[in-house]
Amino acid sequence: MMNCQQATRLMSEAQERPLSLKEQAELKVHTLICSGCRQFGQQMLLLRQLTRGTRKPDDQD
Amino acid sequence: MNNPRPFADNEELTELRQQMLSFARLQLSDEQQAEDVVQEALAGALKNAAAFNRSASLKTWVFAILKNKIADALRGRYRQPQMTDIDDCKDCSLADDQLFDERGHWHKNDRPQRWDAPEQLVHDEHFWRVFDRCLDAVPAEQARVFMMREFIELDSQEICAALELTTSNLHVLLYRARLRLRECLEDHWFGAGENA
Repeated sequence: MMNCQQATRLMSEAQERPLSLKEQAELKVHTLICSGCRQFGQQMLLLRQLTRGTRKPDDQD
Repeated sequence: MNNPRPFADNEELTELRQQMLSFARLQLSDEQQAEDVVQEALAGALKNAAAFNRSASLKTWVFAILKNKIADALRGRYRQPQMTDIDDCKDCSLADDQLFDERGHWHKNDRPQRWDAPEQLVHDEHFWRVFDRCLDAVPAEQARVFMMREFIELDSQEICAALELTTSNLHVLLYRARLRLRECLEDHWFGAGENA
């Protein structure tokens, strides 16, 4: 079972390369039960939108 | 707010030039080249000043030009001698991470909290000041690749080629930069309201 360190690492890598189906599945299972990592994933997306100035109104949840 | 002469204010221009220089220096590690790209970017901006009428985004606009100049300079330079060799990449190991316990789970106090990020945050100067301070606190090598990736928007392959890094080392550096930056932003911006 994936831990938070592995999950956050994968979420960072997801911004660099497409994740495999196995990675996506494991990540999904982890974030279902881990609110910290769920937030982390959203924050990674937000950081990228902010630094690239591509944030649009509908990007907000 | 309209401002027909965005560069009329010398103080503003001097400060902007300083900010551009620090940004370019961090990216290029070369004083002369940094001065050059900043001059080119400013000249380009002045030339088109007539087309520009929103002083609120003056900085955004000039930095967009600067980013392109830096990207060109980096792409044209496929060897970067100042960068550490992969063999002694001190920053590439994950061993010293303090955010997780021995089982790799978040320490209670470091677990990410929900961020309230309004749509206009991207235009909030105070936020970007906090962001700059947080990025300053990230180790230089990590901050540099983060900037190349997220502000200059080079892709992974271009960064690896310019800095002679392996893909996996680059990914680790980016991961560590994001972890630290996230932590700092939560401590000093997103969570500051409740905790201050």
